[in-house]
Amino acid sequence: MRRFTELFAALDQTTSTNEKVAAMARYFATASPADAAWAVFFLTGRRLKRLLPWAAIGEWTRHVTGLESWMLEECWSVVGDGAETAALILDQLPTIGADALPLAAWLEDRVLTLRRLDENAQRERVIAWLGELDRDERLVLLKILSGELRLGVSQTLVVRAVAQTAGLPTATIAARLMGDWPTTAAWFSTLVSPETTNTDLSRPYPFYLAAPLQDALSTLGDVHDWLVEWKWDGIRAQLIRRAGDVHLWSRGEELITHRFPEIVAAASRLPDGTVLDGEVLAFRDDRPLPFSALQQRIGRQKQVHQMAREVPVVFMTYDVIEADGRDLREAPLEARRQTLESLIATAGVLRVSPARVADTWEELAEMRSSSRQRNVEGLMLKRLDSRYGVGRKRGDWWKWKIDPHTIDAVLIYAQPGSGKRASLLTDYTFGLWHDGELVPIAKAYSGLSNEEIAEIDRWIRRHTRERFGPVRHVEPVQVFELGFEGLAPSSRHRSGIAVRFPRMLRWRKDKPAAEADTLDTLRRLLP
Amino acid sequence: MLQETADGLYCPAGDFYIDPWGSVARALITHAHGDHARSGSAAYLCAEPCAPLLRRRFGSEALVETRAYGEPISLGSTRVSFHPAGHVLGSAQIRIEGPDGVWVISGDYKRAPDPTCPAFEPIPCDTFITESTFGLPIFYWDPGAFLIGEILAWWDANRQSGRASLLFCYTLGKAQRILAELARLTDRRVLVHGAMISMIDAYRDAGIQMLATAPLIELARGTSCAGELILAPLMARGTPWMRRLGEFSDAFASGTMRIRGVRRQRNVDRGFVLSDHADWPALLQTVRDVGATRVLTTHGHPEPLARYLATQGLESGVIRTAWEGEAAEQGD
Repeated sequence: MRRFTELFAALDQTTSTNEKVAAMARYFATASPADAAWAVFFLTGRRLKRLLPWAAIGEWTRHVTGLESWMLEECWSVVGDGAETAALILDQLPTIGADALPLAAWLEDRVLTLRRLDENAQRERVIAWLGELDRDERLVLLKILSGELRLGVSQTLVVRAVAQTAGLPTATIAARLMGDWPTTAAWFSTLVSPETTNTDLSRPYPFYLAAPLQDALSTLGDVHDWLVEWKWDGIRAQLIRRAGDVHLWSRGEELITHRFPEIVAAASRLPDGTVLDGEVLAFRDDRPLPFSALQQRIGRQKQVHQMAREVPVVFMTYDVIEADGRDLREAPLEARRQTLESLIATAGVLRVSPARVADTWEELAEMRSSSRQRNVEGLMLKRLDSRYGVGRKRGDWWKWKIDPHTIDAVLIYAQPGSGKRASLLTDYTFGLWHDGELVPIAKAYSGLSNEEIAEIDRWIRRHTRERFGPVRHVEPVQVFELGFEGLAPSSRHRSGIAVRFPRMLRWRKDKPAAEADTLDTLRRLLP
Repeated sequence: MLQETADGLYCPAGDFYIDPWGSVARALITHAHGDHARSGSAAYLCAEPCAPLLRRRFGSEALVETRAYGEPISLGSTRVSFHPAGHVLGSAQIRIEGPDGVWVISGDYKRAPDPTCPAFEPIPCDTFITESTFGLPIFYWDPGAFLIGEILAWWDANRQSGRASLLFCYTLGKAQRILAELARLTDRRVLVHGAMISMIDAYRDAGIQMLATAPLIELARGTSCAGELILAPLMARGTPWMRRLGEFSDAFASGTMRIRGVRRQRNVDRGFVLSDHADWPALLQTVRDVGATRVLTTHGHPEPLARYLATQGLESGVIRTAWEGEAAEQGD
């Protein structure tokens, strides 16, 4: 734990990416493969799920310090992180002795065994462990226990550090880090091994991502150099057919195979050694359903088959990454597209995302304006000669989304943010007028500059009407233009409407609160 | 004894205000930070070592009367005296003895030793008005000597890798405390931002022993800053002044750095949790030491501290002031 905590601190104490990579490479070069495997696990943002009930750490902190729960909440709202709050409060506990146990032993012989214990035993163990650790180590342990450990490095930087340690190309390491892998010494040794290994057959390729189109269309050259498709509003996924099995990976590298039995059934007819890139879409009568329909499918894990009848899905394929067991990523899109069309001939559960043909950019702009009626998010533009790259690179693939819905809403509640926004009031609830009252319609956190956040923070502190723990009810004065992607009827929201991806587009200092929009205006936007 | 008014805390029995934010006839000042000492009042009264700092802030024409620590003065039907608060040079608690018993207004204070000012003296009282800048049980300070050691180790490590060390800190109090504490460990010269000079001079005039300093802008053209320690206020961040530094590591010395998220907001490499305010145990200790039956809390986290004290059987409450603690000192 000592060395891993030093790595945590080193990453925390610099804003330079080169120094972060160097700190990780130093760790990998000297840690045992078993420790390094766990370090990669945490560095890539993975966490131990369902380790402890989330409130347990708070209860133990109260138990040790005698503080009441309202005080913990006050502290939490200032610190913005549960584990850190506990670590700061528990700073009163003396440290006895020094920790010499390696990271892997901490996790395998201690942390993971907690799952088998009752809460009293868990508490006794954890409090005893905290006594062995210094302040920084306690923070790391508590973050591991609460599932909140983040080390503030991107996957790309971890890949660079491992590649440096192994002396291998970053593309090799990026591929080996996709999907699921065990946190074992053997796995880490394979990760950094120069030999081509018989990699796990379920493993996806790194996704190639499109960048939002910001420049004028004229900068893109001839419209005929581009493949144009609808931008589907579903779940981006890779469908893998290898060695007789089917695997479906979401872009968040989550295995979602079992949620979509009809896709698995259809994919079983694909030849072995096929990897497709596409979109899981709720789809009926030849047109996509709104994203909210698909959410019902994701939400209910139990009655998969019943849900499959209620909300049918398709896999809308737009690329083929592997065919006949060959990696096609270096082939031009045009050639991949031909292969794709030869693989999927029919329009069943597996279908090919149709190319939209146009002779001018103006025609495309016209087409894009019909997106909302078609339940799509806009257009995708992909250069016909583009390879299948890694990550988000500007130039070859663009997403040309339609403008969001907008509405002017009034700030009614504010509470402190977490992480980097700790102690600042950055999380807002907005309302719309209905019968002379403001009805909450959305929470939004993003879209303001740091200067605007500081300004609104000062304003809120001076214009708080009431406080409920960390939540402040503010005077209804400030109007913000909110943007969101879509909306759906909802019985769980007081407004009767759920909005998707709400964010602040503009602070309408020019608009008095009385002139903000009404709930009826929002209702009229319902599809 | 004291009323909350639009101009600040007012004592009718003595006809004076304490650290008023409006312009008043007579202002008693606890210390020279901007949120406590505001210009525009007709007459000021403060502890003796505070006066030179006030004059630097307000100009020499301001009417500033002084009293030695502990020396009483009669104002109306009250007797008033100033007592060391241990916050910065010249900082004082104000004791008021009047028809409502003895009141003490703490001003800003700390209990940890500081070579630049006399230590806080607990003054027995009936009503104690305490600051609560760090009034939550997450704020525990390491000893100052340990933190100064950390700052020196950071400076040394940067010297070894040929970088400058840019340490942001408040221009009144924190900068001088760091210079005085470092003087026990090294005799290297420290570079400072121009905004620091006036208050450092004031401390030297008061006889405080500190490391030698020189303004960064007076460094000869072409001289590298590698290995130097530079003190600057936060407001210097991102200004053209920074270009002179070359490659550097930056840090901020403040109690707020105790919270990782706040340090990350500041986007500095290091945060040194060095504060001139009382931490949680020091606040509670002080309340015990003064033996007050009633405690009023102000600025920072007044509500939780007052509520906590109530659970300990004390009469407590919150008073609203425009004093801001560390938030206001950033521009100082």
